[in-house]
Parts: sequence; C-alpha cells; structure tokens
Amino acid sequence: MRSEGSRIRRVILIAALIVLAVPFAVPTIWMITSSFKPLAEIFRSPPALFAENPTVAAYVEAFTFQPFAQQYFNSVYIAVLVTAIVMAVSSLAGYAFARIRFPFADALFLVVLVGLLVPGEVTIVPLFQMFKQWGMINTHWPLILVTALAAPCVLATFIMRQFFLSLPVELEEAARIDGLGRPAIWWRISLPLSKPALSAVAILTFLSSWNLYLEPTVYLTSPELFTLPQALTRFTDAYGGQMWNTQLAAATMTVVPMLIVFIVAQRQFVEGLAHSGLKG
Amino acid sequence: MTALDTVIESRGAVAPRDPHRPFWTMRRRDHLTGYLFIAPQLAGVVLFVLVPVGLGIWYSLNEWNIFRGELTFVGGDNYAALLTDPQLPAVLGATAVFSLGIVVLNIAAGLGLAVLLNRRFRGVTIFRTIFFSPVIVSVVAWTLVWGFLLQDNGGINALLAVFGIDGPNWLLSGDTAMISVIVTQVIRSVGVNMVLFLAALQGVPSELYEAARIDGAGPGRIFLRITLPLISPTLMLTAVITIVGSLQAFANVAVLTGGGPGLSTTVLVYYVFQQAFEFNDIGYGSTLALMLLTFVMLLTMLQWQLRRKWVFYEE
Repeated sequence: MRSEGSRIRRVILIAALIVLAVPFAVPTIWMITSSFKPLAEIFRSPPALFAENPTVAAYVEAFTFQPFAQQYFNSVYIAVLVTAIVMAVSSLAGYAFARIRFPFADALFLVVLVGLLVPGEVTIVPLFQMFKQWGMINTHWPLILVTALAAPCVLATFIMRQFFLSLPVELEEAARIDGLGRPAIWWRISLPLSKPALSAVAILTFLSSWNLYLEPTVYLTSPELFTLPQALTRFTDAYGGQMWNTQLAAATMTVVPMLIVFIVAQRQFVEGLAHSGLKG
Repeated sequence: MTALDTVIESRGAVAPRDPHRPFWTMRRRDHLTGYLFIAPQLAGVVLFVLVPVGLGIWYSLNEWNIFRGELTFVGGDNYAALLTDPQLPAVLGATAVFSLGIVVLNIAAGLGLAVLLNRRFRGVTIFRTIFFSPVIVSVVAWTLVWGFLLQDNGGINALLAVFGIDGPNWLLSGDTAMISVIVTQVIRSVGVNMVLFLAALQGVPSELYEAARIDGAGPGRIFLRITLPLISPTLMLTAVITIVGSLQAFANVAVLTGGGPGLSTTVLVYYVFQQAFEFNDIGYGSTLALMLLTFVMLLTMLQWQLRRKWVFYEE
C-alpha cells in the first residue's frame, strides 16, 4: 500500500538527508581532491570540487619537507602496539571482573573505573614530571604507556567485562569439568567468542592513539619523533604561512590506516556495540 | 600457552604443605588468577591516574621556580590566585558555552539523524556511512580542512558569495569563532551518538508503536511518550560521554583558533596547557587541572543522581 502522500514524504526525506550530508561528506572529499590541485587552484573562486590539472607534487613535497615517512611510521607502530597491549590487558581484566570471584573484586573494579572518570588532561602535568624523572621525555614511552594502560584501556576493560557477562556460563563450566584451568578457559573458550567486543576495543583504541594530539605536543620535541597529528600542523613555510596543498596531501594520507582498520573490523564492531551493553 | 599461563601453572604447583590437602585449592587458585588477570590494568590505573592525581594535588600547593626547577610550598596561594585571575571568568565562560553548545547540538543532532535513518529505504546505509564518516578522519586533519574552509577567502565564504551573502571572517571574530569550533566538532563526532541511538531505537518493540497508532497518537506524542522513555538509558550514556568529552576537547581548539581571538575560545583544557607548558607555571596549571577534574566529577555525579528522575529503566 503506497499512497501518494507517503511517496512525497519519502522524496522530502531523501532531499533533506542529501542537504544534511553536505557538511559531513564535502570537507573530506574536498580534502582528497584538493590534495591533487596545484596551490593556485585551491584558492580559486568560486571553489571547484575537482582538480583541473591534477598533480602529485603536494605528496612529494609532504615527504621531503619534514621526515614525514618516519612520522607516519611512528604513528602506525605506536597505534598498533597500543592496540595489541590494550586487547591483551583489557580482555584479561574484563574476564576476571566478569567471571572470577575473588575478594575485593567489586572495590577494585571501582578503582579501575576511576581511570575512566579522570580526563587525561588533568593528569598531564604530573605525568610530564614523572616521565621527566624517568628520562622518558622526547621518547615514545609516555604515548605508549599512558594510552595502553590508562583511560582508553579502562574503557576497553569495561566493554570486555560487559561482553563476558553476556556469554553463557555453561560453556565454561563444561570446560572446567573437563579439567581446563582458568587461563586455558580464557584463552581457548572466552576469547574466541569475544571477537565482536575485541574489534570494538581495537577500533576505539586505535582511534584514540591515532588522534592523540595534546600528549605528543607536550612530550615530543624532535621532528623525527613526531606523530601524524602533530606533524600535520608543521607544514608552514619560512614566513609561518600554511602550505595548504602539502597539508591537505598529508592529511589525506592520515585517513588511510584508520580506513583500513575500520573496514577490517567494522562488521564485528557493530555487533560488538549491540552486545556490549552500550545498546541501552 | 602464554607466559602468564606458565607463571600460574608453576605457582599452582608450588609445594603443597600436606599431600592430602594441597594449599593451592581450586578456590585459592581462582583468587590468584583473578588478581594476576587484573594486575596490569590495576597497576596502570594506579601509576598513570591515581598517583598523578595525588601529585597534582601536591603541585597545586606549591610554587614552581623555573630557574632552579624546584617546588616551594606555598599552601593555598595558587587557590587564591584562582579567585584573582583576571582571565579566569572569560575562560570559564568560554568553557560553559562550548560544553553546553556541544552537548545540546551533539545529542539533538545525533538523535535527529538516528530517527531519520531508523527506517528502511534504498540508500539508508549509504547515508548512515556518510554521517559516520568524519569519525574516521583524524581530529587534526578534519580541523585543518575546516580551518581552510572557514578563512576569510576560504570555501564557506566563496560558497556564500554565490548566493550573494558577504560572509564574516569566521575565525577572527569572537562569536563566530566559538560557533565554528562547536559546529566543526559536532559534525566530526555526532556519528558516534547517531550509531548508539540507532542501536537503541532498534531495540524499541514495534508492537508498542502499532498499539499507540491504533489508539490514535500522533508522531510527536509517540516520540515523547514511547520512544524517548525507552531509549533514556542510551540518552543518559551519550549525555555523560558527550559532556565529559566536551571538557577534554583540546585538538580542535588548538588547531582551529589557538584559543583566540582574545580568550573567546580558550576553554579550560587549553588554559591548563598554556599555564603549565607555555608559561611553565606547574603549580597554577595543576590547580586549574584540579578544577577541571572537580567539574567532571560534579557533572558525572549530578547525572548519576538525575538518572533516577528521567531514566526509564536500567539494565
């Protein structure tokens, strides 16, 4: 039953959605297409979406202007390492809080949750002093350790705990009767079942490491140690003017790894959200 | 077998006192496993959250001497400085406007988009993907692009010129700078709230809608009386995440406006960064950071209290 009225409503809905989508999609598309424009074309008025004379000069410039390949590698290896650590640490802690009954478990869980409540910005001044004492300023250690064990990891532990709570206990009981120890149950039974939650954790952690900006700004001073967000803001000429086409080329390249992670983990991620109790 | 397993197994095998009643009973082993499993996470929180908060409190009671690189105990001086800091009212004002703007826009837009996209029609997945896509673009890249578009001779004004409108210099006047920071931040992050709301909306049983429709309720009434109460736990969750997140937004303020013009977009986080790392005032920076922490705690507690009033049910 499709009346004339509902058809008109549908057309209006889609038209409205297309208009709404403009500020969401156009900046990204414009960033990508403009990275192939010569500098003069970027400032042309009225603005054009696509390049008239496409060139990869800006990409070449991005790699020669500062150690961009090194900075790129820094961001990728830090994010991968942090994500791997968080997946291990949070699935262990999440499992223990969900399944193992040990004294003070609830109190300790509350202590851990405090890590979620305290913004990283609050602790950055004392953390800077601590890492200075340990001789870790201008190294990647603060970026790795704090992201892998503080707030992003606590969020991950919470998600894992909620997920493990939703798994049927019977599976584990059967395994216990068969003589499997806790670590074996965690590794061989619970972890393989928790792929959706683990991919949610992987995406969220990768995202927070990838987007880190305040921390590298505070801890790092040598350009060859910079991570991408920090490096992006350093494409300025001798007069402090922004090198727009180079910046856009570099910015475009920062999207690629995130996109890969997202495509790989997306299907599992949506499932993970539905199961992790985030659903409401 | 992981290294941890080996540790646990070897511990488990540690000499039983009495061969008939081993010390490492199943229960004790379980307790030990529990502690070992949570140990890395607990150590991380203690070392990188609790200890720094404690140190922050100590620093706030001290004055930082740049030349000697030492702290001198000054008691409540930094707290007194809070009261007399001529910049602080402007900073707190900007923080309030920023957070309120982000929260209202982000939740309204997230819910609105979710309602629009919670139906079946051709292309609905494409639209969902488009609205979510800025989440994947890194904050700094997104902010740089918008910074370019919002310049006086940038894309937004060129677009407005097509319609014969003479756009303002967005980032250089106080009001429009704040609006720019808020809107660009909301567009980038609203996709997360949209996905959460979509998941919640799909959990509302369709029979309830049908029953309401049969009873003659209009769409507005159905939304207020059925949809909203049923998704209130998600509303609560997104409100907490968004408010706490808005108090931590540093990157887009730093890149888009650098806190300016004047102090118009200097939010508390940015001010903490400036005091501690640009003016090297560790003591005062720590005091400001503790004020930020107090705000976050108060807001979280307030919402926790309020949830009984307006959250329909909890899991």
